[in-house]
Amino acid sequence: MPPEPTENVRPPSAGGNAAPWRRLHGAGPILGLVILCTLGTLLNHDFATFDNAMNVLTRTAFIGIIAVGMCFVIISGGIDLSVGSMAALIAGCVILLMNKLGNVGFSPVAAVGLGMLCALLIGGSCGFLHGLCITKGQIEPFIVTLGTLGIYRAYLTYFADGGALTLDNTLSDTYSPVYYASLLHIPFPVWVFIAVAAVGGVILNRTAYGRYVQAIGSNEQVARYAAVNVDRVKVLTYVLLGVCVGIATLLYVPRLGSASPTTGLLWELEAIASVIVGGTVLRGGAGSITGTVVGAILLSVIGNLLNLTNLTSVYLNAAVQGFVIIIVAFLQRRRR
Amino acid sequence: MSIAVEFSNITKAFGPVRVLREVNLALVRGRVYGLLGENGAGKSTLMKILAGYEVPSSGELRIDGHTTSFQGPRQAEAAGIVMIHQEFNLAEDLTIAQNIFLGHEVRRHGLLDDQAMRAKTAELLKQVGLAAPPDIKIRHLIVAEKQLVEIAKALARQARLLVMDEPTATLTPGETERLFKLIGQLNAQGVTIIYISHRLDEVERITHEIVVMRDGRFVAREETRHISRRHMANLMVGRELSDLFPPKQLVALGAKHPVLRVEKLSVRGWVTEASFEVRPGEILGFAGLVGAGRTELFEGLLGLREHQAERVELDGHPMHWQSPRGAADEGLTYLSEDRKGKGLHMDFGLRENLTLMALKRYASPWLRPEAEASALRTAVQSFGIRTGSLHIRASALSGGNQQKLALAKVLHPDPRVLILDEPTRGVDVGAKRDIYFLIQKLAGEGRGIVVISSELIELIGLCHRVAVMRAGRLQTILDASHLTEEELIAHATGTN
Repeated sequence: MPPEPTENVRPPSAGGNAAPWRRLHGAGPILGLVILCTLGTLLNHDFATFDNAMNVLTRTAFIGIIAVGMCFVIISGGIDLSVGSMAALIAGCVILLMNKLGNVGFSPVAAVGLGMLCALLIGGSCGFLHGLCITKGQIEPFIVTLGTLGIYRAYLTYFADGGALTLDNTLSDTYSPVYYASLLHIPFPVWVFIAVAAVGGVILNRTAYGRYVQAIGSNEQVARYAAVNVDRVKVLTYVLLGVCVGIATLLYVPRLGSASPTTGLLWELEAIASVIVGGTVLRGGAGSITGTVVGAILLSVIGNLLNLTNLTSVYLNAAVQGFVIIIVAFLQRRRR
Repeated sequence: MSIAVEFSNITKAFGPVRVLREVNLALVRGRVYGLLGENGAGKSTLMKILAGYEVPSSGELRIDGHTTSFQGPRQAEAAGIVMIHQEFNLAEDLTIAQNIFLGHEVRRHGLLDDQAMRAKTAELLKQVGLAAPPDIKIRHLIVAEKQLVEIAKALARQARLLVMDEPTATLTPGETERLFKLIGQLNAQGVTIIYISHRLDEVERITHEIVVMRDGRFVAREETRHISRRHMANLMVGRELSDLFPPKQLVALGAKHPVLRVEKLSVRGWVTEASFEVRPGEILGFAGLVGAGRTELFEGLLGLREHQAERVELDGHPMHWQSPRGAADEGLTYLSEDRKGKGLHMDFGLRENLTLMALKRYASPWLRPEAEASALRTAVQSFGIRTGSLHIRASALSGGNQQKLALAKVLHPDPRVLILDEPTRGVDVGAKRDIYFLIQKLAGEGRGIVVISSELIELIGLCHRVAVMRAGRLQTILDASHLTEEELIAHATGTN
């Protein structure tokens, strides 16, 4: 009988070689942003100004905040198509509530404050509803949120009677600093964006919950067998996203002081695109908040750049963003 | 019309893991070969190379004397080589006829000629002895019938060499008989047959010659009539079987309560009123055929499947958990038989895998990666996980080391009771021995251990008692000290 083979020690792993490449991969979106900004500076001297930067960041804030929540949902292997409609519904409800409270004698500050709180509550509840349908009801997230995408916007249209809901003037004055005020020359929405992204990053990378989200997206079965409370974690990702939509909406409402059936139109696609451009894989398992933030900024810089320069017709803005998304997906196709 | 095959210096590596090492082997035409080896010995990989599913990393494959390199199973099929896998390659929602002609559809004037395909299928089904209409969907067939469809498909490709990977694993004795008759017929028509099986009695009965592989190497070949089953088993394992297992320790009888007690647990469609108990320090084996309900029993116990139980006790306290989380919190964890699908996150690092079940311990509330890393270093040491780096993905480990990591993972919450489902599947002999000694050590610490295994030698060699399940019922619990494989098989198949 031949002797028992003893040399079982494996050669050192190839992981060491792969690491720099992977690190470079993570830097892809940042690299893209740097290239775009350099290009912008060369093409138009209005681009590299502080005002323009703040302008771009403020516009990014809504989508960016939603994208942070979307990042959790996508990493866990889910999707939420309803965020744009949800934002419209929240905006409508908040305006209705604030007007009502103002009319029954609440002080403008109290009315606005309660309305803002309500935005978070409605967002969280919508997310909770999605989570329940997806986990307990065992319906695909795509289907659930496709359904609510229609439902939310239809109700807003119904509440607004097909037109627009407008905030009363006194309330609007009280509320407007939430969008227009700035601290240290940085607009308030940008501060909120930074805070949401920071909190999101810490939750994803430094808490057990964040690890569970990644574990579920990477392989839900393994997570379930490893005693992860899969349903609860999943529901929480949708609640988190709902709250993010609530935050984005309460920043957005004072900008125009009204909500109409076109409020938040296509936000879901922009938020999903930001997450994907930021390097998160649509099938879940791994992703990054930094990437998502950079992705959101990248997409709005493209829009800003096309508006400032005459490279192409402004009608083609969406086309350019579409090409960017496809190119990024192409570059990432070998990641697994 | 049959084929002669020659493997010359065949080597195959998946990343850093070498699964075949310089295999030299020549098979003459028209014989029935039994290919033996433990899980992970490289049998399936070698056969996949032959059937065009894998390309060797180096070495040559010669068919009838000509050097060949297949670029896919279609090319191998064109050469008359067909492999029937353990998991069937059938599209469940297509009919038998559609499956048999999948990728080889008969056309007339550019359109599918369904009539001709149905007629041909009916003819083939008659030949393999399957009384089913060609139009029935695969979904509606039982496993044995699917097996016959696979063979009919092979016949439709005019197979001259047929590889069968564990074809009887899910068949009843009657169905197995019919399969053997068919193998005899095919061989009489001149088809070369390579038969992979763990069941040495079957190999002894139907093959002319056996070929043994171990740890990716060719070990021995012998005329079947010149070799005993015991000798076959020793060749597969590579040592006297008695050296493989640690000496059994006596179970402390003084304990007041069994560490785990289950009364009348049922899982609908799988398990009917199973009752058993595990004493502290005891290793209780679970034997049974595929589909006997062993895995389902424990998935029920964990709350992964709907179930009813009259009573579940841990150390004498009644338990009511509803999920693996609850079970782990109370002190019971489970190692799945399906390492890739349910056991480890293959694209996660080792650290993340190790701590997942006890992550709360590292969150206060922020995770402490340094503490996790030091836990990983300890685990790598104490479980003997061989890895060049601590910063690789789980998928980069070899099968045996993945299994050790999976064991470390389910042990991380420090459970009182550990359920191990096929703990040595796909693991080489050295790692197997390590795992047996580890299990023994865990039992020695007073934990209760349940081992579900399809390897009877393992159950007899390792466990104190062996529970036998058949068709969802716990038939009997046997003392393992004087148990034989024949006795276990008799209970498992109901032929005692």
